[in-house]
Amino acid sequence: MTHYPAPAQAPLPAPPGAYSSPIPVVRTHLGHAIASEWTKIRTVRSTLWSLGVMFLLVVGIGMLMTGTVGENEYEYSPILSFGLPGVLLGQLCIVTLGVLVITSEYGTGMIRTTFTASPQRGRVLAAKAIVFFLVTFTLSTLACTIVALLNKAALEGRSINRFDGSAEHQVDTASASMGEFLRATVGVGLFMALLGLLSLAVGVLLRHSAGAITSMLGVVLLPLLASLFISQISVKEKLQEYSMPNLVGQLYGVPIHGDDGGWGLLGLLGLVTAGMLGAAYAVLRGRDV
Amino acid sequence: MIELEGLTKRFGDKLAVDRLTFTVRPGVVTGFLGPNGAGKSTTMRMMLDLDHPTGGEVRIDGRRYARLKEPLKYIGALLDAKAVHGGRSAYNHLLCLAQSNRIPRSRVDEVLDVVGLSAVARQRTKGFSLGMGQRLGIAAALLGDPEILMFDEPVNGLDPEGIHWIRHLMKRLAAEGRTVFVSSHLMSEMALTAGHLVVIGQGRLLADTSMSDFIGQNSRSFVRVRTPEPERLRDVLSAVGVSPQVAADGSFEVADMEAAKLGELAAQHHVTLHELSPQQASLEEAFMRMTAESVEYHAHSTAGLADAPGDREGAAAPRGLEEGGDGGVAGGREDGRVGDRVGDRVGDREGGREGVPVWGADWSAKRRKGSAR
Ligand SMILES: Nc1ncnc2c1ncn2[C@@H]1O[C@H](COP(=O)(O)OP(=O)(O)OP(=O)(O)O)[C@@H](O)[C@H]1O
Ligand SMILES: [Mg+2]
Repeated sequence: MTHYPAPAQAPLPAPPGAYSSPIPVVRTHLGHAIASEWTKIRTVRSTLWSLGVMFLLVVGIGMLMTGTVGENEYEYSPILSFGLPGVLLGQLCIVTLGVLVITSEYGTGMIRTTFTASPQRGRVLAAKAIVFFLVTFTLSTLACTIVALLNKAALEGRSINRFDGSAEHQVDTASASMGEFLRATVGVGLFMALLGLLSLAVGVLLRHSAGAITSMLGVVLLPLLASLFISQISVKEKLQEYSMPNLVGQLYGVPIHGDDGGWGLLGLLGLVTAGMLGAAYAVLRGRDV
Repeated sequence: MIELEGLTKRFGDKLAVDRLTFTVRPGVVTGFLGPNGAGKSTTMRMMLDLDHPTGGEVRIDGRRYARLKEPLKYIGALLDAKAVHGGRSAYNHLLCLAQSNRIPRSRVDEVLDVVGLSAVARQRTKGFSLGMGQRLGIAAALLGDPEILMFDEPVNGLDPEGIHWIRHLMKRLAAEGRTVFVSSHLMSEMALTAGHLVVIGQGRLLADTSMSDFIGQNSRSFVRVRTPEPERLRDVLSAVGVSPQVAADGSFEVADMEAAKLGELAAQHHVTLHELSPQQASLEEAFMRMTAESVEYHAHSTAGLADAPGDREGAAAPRGLEEGGDGGVAGGREDGRVGDRVGDRVGDREGGREGVPVWGADWSAKRRKGSAR
């Protein structure tokens, strides 16, 4: 009672020479690896779920925040900053997914199949990184743009009463500059994508899903949490300044510490990520799969 | 063609593969045998550049694996049926492999059809049975229509029909002029498929020989005699200069006398016989003997192990226990005592139906073709 019958095998005549396939040999390159990784990402439900949840968190919470914005709340914070809470949650999905892109292959043994098909490990890593970067960047930027536009539509033009200490108060209208808009969309998209790549690199280094996710959560959350328990001001401020939430805060114009619009910290994150990817490549090359 | 030269792999202070040098040639199925832990899988991983050798090298058609432009086109490998992401469908699994090697999409459907998985191609592989997983692995190996195929214990988990199928698949692939390299624990299995044999034990090369030579050298024949009067029979036999070996169940194994003569001799001396049967020692046993010797060779230098490699009966069990560290192989040898008898029967039956000699003839024909090239 076999459900998957093997077809009958026609006896083939043995050709005279050694076997040569009719499929032509072609030099493979990064493009093929990218196509392969793209197929991998889009054909596993868990990745689609994680990306979907990320998208829903950013957009959903963004909408919720905008909808429930209090009477005068927008007087104190930039109007786009209501997208922040959604991103803080959404980044956790990106971390998980970035790690899983590689650790799920180690966990299932798929990595051996992958490296048998593409023994150039650097190429595989590059393809994974490129595909994952583009996917997360596109999706996060899209989600953030929706939220930003929503915020703009709902809040822009409302009048703001600014009390600057002097007796008379000035009347102003709430607005978001182009720079603010770019930071809250492309800036945040870049942040998410870089965070995803950093997670990918940590996943390569550690190979275990749980370990890598935990480490990445530590990187994201620990500096800020630790700063709460440290009394030494200089250390406390450094920890706050270089914490991930501060980076997102800066991008949204609501920093915990320091304010250069977030591009400086984003550049730093880019450097760290590049360094970690380099380390991941070095380790990957030298290691037995 | 796969060439190994002084291939060595060390894990910590464990030498898993020890200076292996041999060549796997096209046109013939090469069986790769060794007991558990002999280093077969490690060797295969090094062939695919998954593990880095501590020493020596492997060349595929003269090049290192990582230098191959389109590796699936050269080598198809089934190392581990579970090396698959369970959340992906069989079709998509093969598709992503195909894309990385620029293999046309249509080929995915083709190989799914070849292994008989077309009906479940869109199902996630998580729900696949062991045998279905094995078939998927074989499909992946065939994907690039490669000239070299490598299977690590391919019959694992396959039903009898599947085993039959893969035996024929391997022979057919070899007949097409491909290089087929298959690992196994089972000599009887290899006897049915392989034309050439590479045996390793504890990472070392023990034999690199054609199957027919191996059969010729190792098929020991003897006569099994069972009697209620063992002492008398022994006296009768030693009077004519024959010393029987005593098997674990108390029966005698007589190597130097034909069954008919033995029966006549017993009748002359009025010794009652309960059994008198000519036996062909299985290849399995020859394999066991070969690998067990590699263990004994080691054990002499480490102490603890009794000498007298000839005295195979009584001491086998305690020896296996004593040995501790080498338990894999020594234990395997002990298993061998049990396995032999089973193996005998399986071997005989298979031999009767499919005919070992017939296949043997077939292989030698292929080998001639191969060497003429
Ligand atoms: N990654 C590893 N780290 C440490 N030791 C290893 C590793 N892989 C294999 N070994 C050791 O190397 C030896 C050879 O293992 P290998 O899996 O190659 O044997 P095998 O011949 O395939 O055995 P089996 O027939 O059971 O599959 C074993 O003793 C094993 O413990
Ligand atoms: Mg193995």
